[in-house]
Amino acid sequence: MEKENNIALECKNITKTFGNVVANKNVNLSVKKGEILSVLGENGSGKTTLMNMISGIYFPDEGSVFVDGKEVLIRSPKDAFDLKIGMIHQHFKLVDVFNGVENIVLGMKNKKFNIKNATKEIQETCNKYGFEIDLSKKVYDLSVSEKQTIEIVKVIYKGADILILDEPTAVLTPQEISKLFNVLRKMRDDGKAIIIITHKLNEVLEISDRVSVLRKGEYVGTINTSEANEQILTEMMVGEKITLDIERSEPKNSVDRLVVKGLDCYNSDGVKVLDDISFTAKSGEILGIAGISGSGQRELLEAIAGLQKLSGGEIIYHNPKTEKEDNLRNKTPIEIRNLGVRLSFVPEDRLGMGLVGNMGITDNMMLRSYKKGKSAFLQRKEPKNLANKIIKDLKVVTPDANTPVRRLSGGNVQKVLVGREIAASPTVLMAAYPVRGLDINSSYTIYNLLTEQKEKGVAVIFVGEDLDVLIELCDRILVLSGGRVTGIVDGRSTKKEDLGLLMTKSKSGKENE
Amino acid sequence: MSKNNSKTRSPLFHIVKRDPMTWYGALGVRIFAIAAALLLSAVVIMLLAQKNPLEFYKAIIDGAFGSVDRIWILAQNLVMLLCVSLAVTPAFKMKFWNIGAEGQVLVGGLATATVMMFFGDKMSLPLLIVVMTLASITAGIIWALLPAISKALWNTNETLFTLMMNYIAIQLVAFFLKRFVKSGSGVLEPMHEYGLPVIADMPYLLNIIIVAVLTIIVYIYLKYSKQGYEISVVGESENTAKYIGINVKKVIVRTLIISGAICGIAGLLLVGGTNHTISTTTVGGRGFTAIMVSWLAKFNPFVMVLTSFLIVFLERGAEQVSSQFRIPSSISDIITGIILFFIIGCEFFLQYKIVFSKHRKEND
Repeated sequence: MEKENNIALECKNITKTFGNVVANKNVNLSVKKGEILSVLGENGSGKTTLMNMISGIYFPDEGSVFVDGKEVLIRSPKDAFDLKIGMIHQHFKLVDVFNGVENIVLGMKNKKFNIKNATKEIQETCNKYGFEIDLSKKVYDLSVSEKQTIEIVKVIYKGADILILDEPTAVLTPQEISKLFNVLRKMRDDGKAIIIITHKLNEVLEISDRVSVLRKGEYVGTINTSEANEQILTEMMVGEKITLDIERSEPKNSVDRLVVKGLDCYNSDGVKVLDDISFTAKSGEILGIAGISGSGQRELLEAIAGLQKLSGGEIIYHNPKTEKEDNLRNKTPIEIRNLGVRLSFVPEDRLGMGLVGNMGITDNMMLRSYKKGKSAFLQRKEPKNLANKIIKDLKVVTPDANTPVRRLSGGNVQKVLVGREIAASPTVLMAAYPVRGLDINSSYTIYNLLTEQKEKGVAVIFVGEDLDVLIELCDRILVLSGGRVTGIVDGRSTKKEDLGLLMTKSKSGKENE
Repeated sequence: MSKNNSKTRSPLFHIVKRDPMTWYGALGVRIFAIAAALLLSAVVIMLLAQKNPLEFYKAIIDGAFGSVDRIWILAQNLVMLLCVSLAVTPAFKMKFWNIGAEGQVLVGGLATATVMMFFGDKMSLPLLIVVMTLASITAGIIWALLPAISKALWNTNETLFTLMMNYIAIQLVAFFLKRFVKSGSGVLEPMHEYGLPVIADMPYLLNIIIVAVLTIIVYIYLKYSKQGYEISVVGESENTAKYIGINVKKVIVRTLIISGAICGIAGLLLVGGTNHTISTTTVGGRGFTAIMVSWLAKFNPFVMVLTSFLIVFLERGAEQVSSQFRIPSSISDIITGIILFFIIGCEFFLQYKIVFSKHRKEND
């Protein structure tokens, strides 16, 4: 009897379909009070869908949800909230011009509401669990991890006993992650039930008491963390044994290919997003770029690709064919290509920038080549052959070369994009977050493709977010913080914590040195 | 217990996205939609007009196809609507919300009328036709180009801009009629002696041929030309266009020149080919209806033949019904509205399906 009471939330045989896509099939899950449960699964395995059903955003096709042993129907986020279920989404939902307290009390329906008392209560909540946050700061002045703290305090203050965190560590540095984990442990000890969605194995092992694994929408099983290790969890997640090693060869015949000197760039709001950036990308080498998201990675790559207006600096390209040096600064993509610079770019936003979602693979291949030739009409034969070659070589799963690419899975979309960019036989290949949202197998396909390009003598620039991967894959790693280079380190000898420190090194800190 | 039941009652249904339908499935849904529309219309006809719905439907068909003349008029209206639809399609495919086709066609017509009025007796007919054509195309282009350039340079809102250009065009025509019609009646007598040639005594045949050729050209342009490809890319994602080095501003301006030019041709055909006169209502709302025609056809010029037919057929039928049964035209407008509502509404069911909850039954 007591055991049953201990279960805060239970899902039984939950099924949810979108069209012919089965997002969840007969999923069972339970979390006890005073427990941290990890929900582990690759991207697309149905973790977020399941959580969205618990928090009232979707309604399950079949199955039932129990809270405190009673069957409930959660039809809207309000229902979920009434049941004391609080969700912290991956993308924060805060009002930028409000301060912390105002955001937290937003939408409260208490008649005797008083902002002074509320501030006091919120501060008490913070102290109780050890949140370090200045509640009077406006949200636009907060860092990503502080915004996340506000979100967590918000759901706790509103009385949530069951907390769901969707990929909370994706945007944090190692130091911030350990802080977050401390807070979560305190909340667990206070009797809260916590569900944390993630696909990072080391975090699962560190924080959770039990792990439930989903694979392709199906429930694989739950094990106690104490009985698990990375190998067991990977097998549950992927369904087969795989090796997680990246073969890193020594760079051969490295020469300077792209020399960036003192780049300055302001965004449309007049904020300096790139501040005196200098580095060299060498042929036959992978240069990693690490940093908290939004530290200038996107602007830097776009500046090199000719998509950002720069206010200062130079981008010198050493052309291996003509032995000439060209300055690419403030040139359009077309002008850069006309100079004979073979620069390929895999942007962060695949379907919004790199590809056209409503077009098939063939038409997407044409993006790079349609202008060839003098005819006013399109030549579809070559792109079609290229499309079929990429489908075959990279094992893209698609009905045919004309299916709109937005209907393909994330991994296949990325294979199409990377395949096209590599097909142009580049001398410089830039890739921004190329494995974001990809399953493990696809991720390793991409790592291998990048390594292959490096071995062909391409200067590869790789912007990544997983520090373990950066350290395993890259020859050198450049760290960005607030639009500045805070360090360029050797990939073979650096530790994750060192990168974490560089990532959070502030401007003033640097100036003081 | 009952209280608990009502509290935990699940929603009656929810909406989920479905897989792409097979073509026969989609056809089935559409046929069902039309049948349902006719059924509902029948009820409305019996209740409001107290007429036999079958007679009513017969009159609609009669109005559209009842005689050779009617078929010609149907064809003429069809190609004019189609022509304006072809004009708006490149812009809409680029997600440039050009709701100013009405004005662009009208200034094209005004240019034609001006040339006919002032130069009709001063030029040989072939030269006059050339001047008329150039004038109307130029006028249409100018009317489309102003919003396009502002959009490209200062990112102005093209919807408002093109809409306001309509009113300027209408007032220009009103001014023209007031100032230059000598009788002072404000009605311009048709100038039958000047205008486009009539082929084989069939007054609408030239328009039909020109629009048919235009349809094929626009189809090929959008689907097979490099410029058409650029239009698709800009329409789908401006970021992608910039990423591959398309000059987005140039594409916007170029596409609107094409759009405006076709509108100018529509004005030429209306004034120079059919009416031989102009009024503020010469375009008759085609500039707006064309948007619906184009979207319903998903920007495919050949499918637009069907969608313009559907709309013109309903319009012509409705006219016949109200005169034959001596009922207010508003009733036939209601029927047209119901039929269009169902045909457009069924697109929803091609993409989504409604799932009724299973919980409900279990709870009961």
